[in-house]
Amino acid sequence: MVRLPYTTALTTLFSYGLLFAFGQLRDLFRKLLDWFRSKDLKGYAPICLGLEDFYVRRLYLRIQDCFGRPIASAPDAWIDVVERYSNDNNKTLHRTSNSTKCLNLGSYNYLGFAAADEYCTPRVIESLKKYSPSTCSVRVDGGTTQLHAELEELVARFVGKPAAVLFGMGYVTNSAIIPCLIGKGGLLISDSLNHNSIVNGARGSGATVRVFQHNSPSHLEEVLREQIAEGQPRTHRPWKKIIVIVEGIYSMEGELCKLPEIIAVCKKYKAYTYLDEAHSIGAIGKSGRGVCELLGVDPADVDIMMGTFTKSFGSCGGYIAASKEIIQYLKYTCPAHLYATSMSPPAVQQVISAIKVILGEDGSNRGAQKLARIRENSNFFRSELQKMGFEVLGDNDSPVMPIMLYNPAKIPAFSRECLRQNVAVVTVAFPATPLLLARARICISAAHTREDMIKGLEVISKVGDLVGIKYFPTEPPKLAKEAHKKRESSIVAERFCGCDIIGV
Amino acid sequence: MMSALMNMTTALRDWVSALYDAPPTRAVVFGIPIDGHLVVEALLIVVILFQLTRKSYKPPKRPLTEKEIDELCEEWMPEPLCPPITEDMQTEPPTLESAARPHTTIGGKEVINFASANYLGLIANEKIIGSCIGSLEKYGVGSCGPRGFYGTIDVHLDCETKIAKFLGTPDSILYSYGISTIFSVIPAFCKKGDIIVADEGVQWGVQNGLYLSRSTVVYFKHNDMASLANTLEKLTRGNKRAEKIRRYIVVEAIYQNSGQMAPLDEIVRLKEKYRFRLILEESHSFGVLGNSGRGLAEYYGVPIEKIDIITAGMGNALATDGGFCTGSVRVVDHQRLSSSGYVFSASLPPYLANAAISAVDYLEENPSVLTTLRNNIALLWKGLSDVPGLEIASHPLSPIIFLKLKKSTSSPKGDLQLLEQIAKRALEEDSVFLVTTKRSSLDRCRLPVGIRLFVSAGHSESDLVKVSNSLKRVAVSVLS
Repeated sequence: MVRLPYTTALTTLFSYGLLFAFGQLRDLFRKLLDWFRSKDLKGYAPICLGLEDFYVRRLYLRIQDCFGRPIASAPDAWIDVVERYSNDNNKTLHRTSNSTKCLNLGSYNYLGFAAADEYCTPRVIESLKKYSPSTCSVRVDGGTTQLHAELEELVARFVGKPAAVLFGMGYVTNSAIIPCLIGKGGLLISDSLNHNSIVNGARGSGATVRVFQHNSPSHLEEVLREQIAEGQPRTHRPWKKIIVIVEGIYSMEGELCKLPEIIAVCKKYKAYTYLDEAHSIGAIGKSGRGVCELLGVDPADVDIMMGTFTKSFGSCGGYIAASKEIIQYLKYTCPAHLYATSMSPPAVQQVISAIKVILGEDGSNRGAQKLARIRENSNFFRSELQKMGFEVLGDNDSPVMPIMLYNPAKIPAFSRECLRQNVAVVTVAFPATPLLLARARICISAAHTREDMIKGLEVISKVGDLVGIKYFPTEPPKLAKEAHKKRESSIVAERFCGCDIIGV
Repeated sequence: MMSALMNMTTALRDWVSALYDAPPTRAVVFGIPIDGHLVVEALLIVVILFQLTRKSYKPPKRPLTEKEIDELCEEWMPEPLCPPITEDMQTEPPTLESAARPHTTIGGKEVINFASANYLGLIANEKIIGSCIGSLEKYGVGSCGPRGFYGTIDVHLDCETKIAKFLGTPDSILYSYGISTIFSVIPAFCKKGDIIVADEGVQWGVQNGLYLSRSTVVYFKHNDMASLANTLEKLTRGNKRAEKIRRYIVVEAIYQNSGQMAPLDEIVRLKEKYRFRLILEESHSFGVLGNSGRGLAEYYGVPIEKIDIITAGMGNALATDGGFCTGSVRVVDHQRLSSSGYVFSASLPPYLANAAISAVDYLEENPSVLTTLRNNIALLWKGLSDVPGLEIASHPLSPIIFLKLKKSTSSPKGDLQLLEQIAKRALEEDSVFLVTTKRSSLDRCRLPVGIRLFVSAGHSESDLVKVSNSLKRVAVSVLS
């Protein structure tokens, strides 16, 4: 939960107000100067009228160099960030051929499969030679290869559902599946902080959409009761069906979803559940099976489980796992299955190999090691940051940790200063987060070693002092030592138990 | 008794006459004389004002009690999540056991593959595979992040520059999936209140983009320029406001649903007359039409600046995955922040971007592959023009050859059954792999269904002869 102190809120509002005022002033001057220059639109309406792109032109462009930084290496624990320069005050950026090696705290590389892997890469190259980079065809025509069939079975087994279907892109999975499952006359209840792909899918379906407060099963129950009692708007006919959409880990908060309570509520009111595990599959849970395993929920209780392969498996694409009938129906009618090019075969092979490593079916225990390491790393990093006095969001065990910045000027300050000290971080502001709640988001990976993390912590602490984002008091060292000892022993006990179960 | 009554009536009469005869009451308040009737009138006014201030009568609201809500929730029964599975939902497509080249393996047998949009025959090209292997060893498979957060790899930027240079536009932008390109581009530019004129035969990706944009969409008859001119005229005539709102025409270069080609010169003339912007979807014409494969604009000799936005999926001629969009600098820059499929999704895997660069290189160095493709299309057209019961519905230059039934049954389902029988028998008996159109229940296109053949530059003459003979034979036995 974010606790925004009053003084910070005031200063943030003041900063935004100042930026807004300056932006308007510059717009005024631009209008005056353009009075004399002829318009070359020739009777067409402009692409963006007036204030539609005010935020982009006057606020975002000033700090454009903090976003979209190109890299020249694999998105592993250390990356080569390409240097860019600008001649016109950040309006256009040009690449140079120099690059600096930086610690990567921004890529979604939870299990470390991003770079060439000793088990996966040879197999991927083999499949590339056999099947080519693309099948140039849709799945229902000539785009299904043996690899696709194998992966669908493997994913279904991994997730714990009877059947699964693959798609070439995670975003399209949500946008194209939700309209197939529900249409006009149905009700979608989605968490207020759901991802843009879910929002798009919900809009494209034509169903009525209602939002419940983030991660609050009691408010969900209230909304369900009210909606079932009232029925469809204006006609008051009963709803055809109700689907509740939640995510496993919310990527901007790092929080886990309160899955057991939400499933209990949905079962009571006969609503269907749709779980989007984009960030949590493969990254949490004792054997990497996601938030269901971590929170002790039976996968049979969730009607539809969706996930992506981009984050933990180092590939691309998405999947849906559900009962056999639903999957057969989706394969018959889902537009992404009927009209979109099938997933690239080497990417499919990468996922197959990655899942085999995680399950230990490649004959080694690298999977178990990776899972234990990411849990250790996340907990260590989070506790150290909290000790230093940063405001860190998210639950324990979650590899995503946002650090609150709030003030708009601290965003570029934090980002650029960290880059100067060779640490690459990701900063997020409006519109991905609410206006006042800008943050820096850290994604920990199993490829980070203890030394990498200590270096990262040092740099963040130094920059945090410079920029002034340590909103909480630091923990005194003696208490820290005792807490650390307790944590160490519990981690050792966990690791011992975890490896025991998987090694069998 | 009588006298008492008489006395009472007399007393009453006296009292009433005394009332009538009494002088009017008069009071003196603060030296001002006030008549009695004024008091009565003042009281009446007070009473009227009092009534006016009372609220009007409404029946009392009785919200549902908790118990009633509980009962309603108990009674409510949802529909099942998916409808019951029927026979035709259970068919599985054939599984390929090797690369989707012109000759591929299905079920252990070698078949001639007309189901892959591998127009330039670049699948299993040695150079492309070599560059992909280099890329895999350097960058791994996925890019692990969206473009804004360290997911931009230098090969993406190289690919964008290469495509822009190839087409002659200032800049281009890369998307990570073919179908998401068009349904992210349209909502980025068209908002509520804008006017879009679209062909009624556009594919699902375009339809979804049009729906998500929440603009007013008007459809014109499939590939009919007179209908387009009429629609444009109707929308702009007398409409003064029409000049201030953004207006777009959305067409595909080669329609996926019918194989027709859009007459670009006519469309550009109409667009300039009525001041509309043009969005052209070139998935099946990029790398196919024109002397050097630059697409529909080169084929018609229209300068590329006249087309405002060009999008294409790279899963066809370029034998890779993903899509791109190109246009003026303003168009491309606008998408980098407001196109949802670009901002909120992971970027294209670097090895696929490398494959795209190699494919464009190949096309620039070997323009003769286009002549081979054109010859193949012409040969197949000739061979298929006399298949009994089926007629060619696509343009002579389109790499998708679309065959529909000459005499259609009353429903698309019936048509589809006959066509699927033809395709199945062609695969089993003659080892020729063709496909029929499959429509999703969400697709609003009502064009006739048919059999599609994707011609490739890698097909040999004997392949084309074989498929024509096979179709002739199977069509006769199924359709008679």
